[in-house]
Amino acid sequence: MSTFIQQLINGISLGAIYALIALGYTMVYGVLKLINFAHGDVYMVGAFMGYYLSNGLGAQWAQKLGQSSDGLVARGLLGGGAMEPSLVTALVVMLLAMAICALLGVVIERLAYRPVRKYSRLTALITAIGVSLLLENGGQVVFGADPKFFPELFRKQNIGLGGGVSVNSADIVVFVIAMALMVVLQFVVYYTKTGRAMRAVSYNLQSAKLMGINTDRIIAFTFALGSALAAAAGVLVAIRIPRIDPLMGILVGLKAFVAAVLGGIGNIPGAMLGGLLIGITETMVVGYLSPTYKDAVAFAILILVLLFRPSGLLGSVAQEKV
Amino acid sequence: MPRYARNLAIALLLLAVLYALDYLVFDPGRRMISPYVARIIMLAGINITLAVSLNLINGFTGQFSIGHAGFMAVGAYSSAYFSVNYGKGIAEGMGDGALGWAVALLLATLLGALVAAAAGFLVGVPSLRLKGDYLAIVTLGFGQIIVVFLNNIESVGAARGYSGIPIVKSFFWIFLVAVLTIVSVHNMVRSAFGRALISIREDELAAEAMGVNTTRYKVAAFVISSALAGAGGVLLAHFDGYLNPKSFEFIKSFEILIMIILGGLGSIVGAVIGAIVLTVLPEALRGFAEYRMVIYSVMLIVLMITRPQGLLGGLDPFKGWRARNRAKTRTEAEEITAEDTRDKESVDKATLGERARDTSLGEGDTRS
Repeated sequence: MSTFIQQLINGISLGAIYALIALGYTMVYGVLKLINFAHGDVYMVGAFMGYYLSNGLGAQWAQKLGQSSDGLVARGLLGGGAMEPSLVTALVVMLLAMAICALLGVVIERLAYRPVRKYSRLTALITAIGVSLLLENGGQVVFGADPKFFPELFRKQNIGLGGGVSVNSADIVVFVIAMALMVVLQFVVYYTKTGRAMRAVSYNLQSAKLMGINTDRIIAFTFALGSALAAAAGVLVAIRIPRIDPLMGILVGLKAFVAAVLGGIGNIPGAMLGGLLIGITETMVVGYLSPTYKDAVAFAILILVLLFRPSGLLGSVAQEKV
Repeated sequence: MPRYARNLAIALLLLAVLYALDYLVFDPGRRMISPYVARIIMLAGINITLAVSLNLINGFTGQFSIGHAGFMAVGAYSSAYFSVNYGKGIAEGMGDGALGWAVALLLATLLGALVAAAAGFLVGVPSLRLKGDYLAIVTLGFGQIIVVFLNNIESVGAARGYSGIPIVKSFFWIFLVAVLTIVSVHNMVRSAFGRALISIREDELAAEAMGVNTTRYKVAAFVISSALAGAGGVLLAHFDGYLNPKSFEFIKSFEILIMIILGGLGSIVGAVIGAIVLTVLPEALRGFAEYRMVIYSVMLIVLMITRPQGLLGGLDPFKGWRARNRAKTRTEAEEITAEDTRDKESVDKATLGERARDTSLGEGDTRS
């Protein structure tokens, strides 16, 4: 039993990360009907941004600002010149990485996806594959192909829960931040004007345009939002397992996409549910069966779901129109 | 001259030409071309087989499959297993000469294609009920699952890779399979069978209404496409004598997909040219060292933005020749290429805006 609970805790933590990435897939699919294959690589860029921010820049800025009058603020924010590990540092690094990746998402949309939007969906899909290859290979050139080790942003410790079950503080932080981000997203999508426009565009792009919605802006915003969440996932995953490399986004991206489909693509709560389910099942397979089959789990679940409930767990069934 | 006699003559001539090329140009002893160039040409031949076979299901039937590398892997591994365990025995039983190896390789190819066809059937029957994006994801998922299994099967080397496969680097053999693939897909597309496939691509509901058993045709096309991909895999397995599950990841499927998109979906000539271009291009970019793949991906994006219908989309180099041919026989129907329809569609879309209905990926959309 204690093994089960332990695996469940690990699975929820992993699942929360999948869910964050899945949200980006599902939102972009919602508005553009495009499988954004580059999304997993945006997550990779997010992790690397976190790496550079917390390593080089963080220390430098703190040092530079330390001599000016703002020094105290900088010290407080970045945890001092020597990069004292603290939760605040982790949050600042994550928010900055999110901002950078939001920008990256907008740039990708503007330069690569918008020009092909008027063509067939297949063209857009191939373009997405092209962007994905570009980020992976560009990442290998810019960041170097070797894996990097993420600095410890705050002190990790195991907290015993009794009965041989323990929780790592990193897992708690990951879960809490991921949940907080999803609450923020829910708020943005359901309680703001922009969110309402997003839902309108996702329901019908043409009609949304006729209603005076600036669809280009909304699509760009969707990319920014999705990419920011991917970046957050990138930093969080690096907090959990501090080993990052330019190809880390491929498989995780695919699994997150599977999570989005599992929950019902285009459906935001579905993506969260799908992410958690995939994460939990994967850790269960690792714990009880064999770790070598863990990469097949997500796809096996996906195939079963699609065969028996093709629109996903929470997706609505669309009637085919003649 | 009766038709069959003419066809036989063409086939014999083709065999002679391939053999002569193999003997005169590709024999390493003659040093006509460097081993490097010979290697690229042969790899292009294997890629032609893969691209043309994928075109049957993606280009002509309009079913978007991105798990082609999986079937290729099935063909490659099953034939490699056969060659390693039985191939040498068969070849030696026949005198260990060229003939013996030819028989062994022929058997390996047939076996690889057959096993890949069986895998295609198993995957195709359940997944072809899905459409558009969902079909794409499921085929991608199956492709990944095949790779995970290969990573776990000890008897074929698991994640270390499978080595010690008899090497048969034969221009003749590779291009024979390539030509057979081209001819069979070409003929299929022009037969009643192919007409049914194209009708499914154009409008599945209408095809169904006209009495086409769409499921059956889709599965048949999928199985044939898988078998041909398996044959391509067999050639690859015996090309380097080493297989690794890593080389059959979905990236490989994308590569083949990009070949047929580059050439123009639903065009055999396009698929052939796409395969050649994408085999040569990474080699040509070798001078740029680590920037090679960056340039490659940028070129892909730029191509999609500037020529979404592919390099040869809307162009048909044999149009004049075929028109004359058609006038003579009056039996060949007009080739309906995907570019023709897609071109019109893209114009429609540009003027009318995006319509809810999209034939290129089917209507697998659900909305929240």
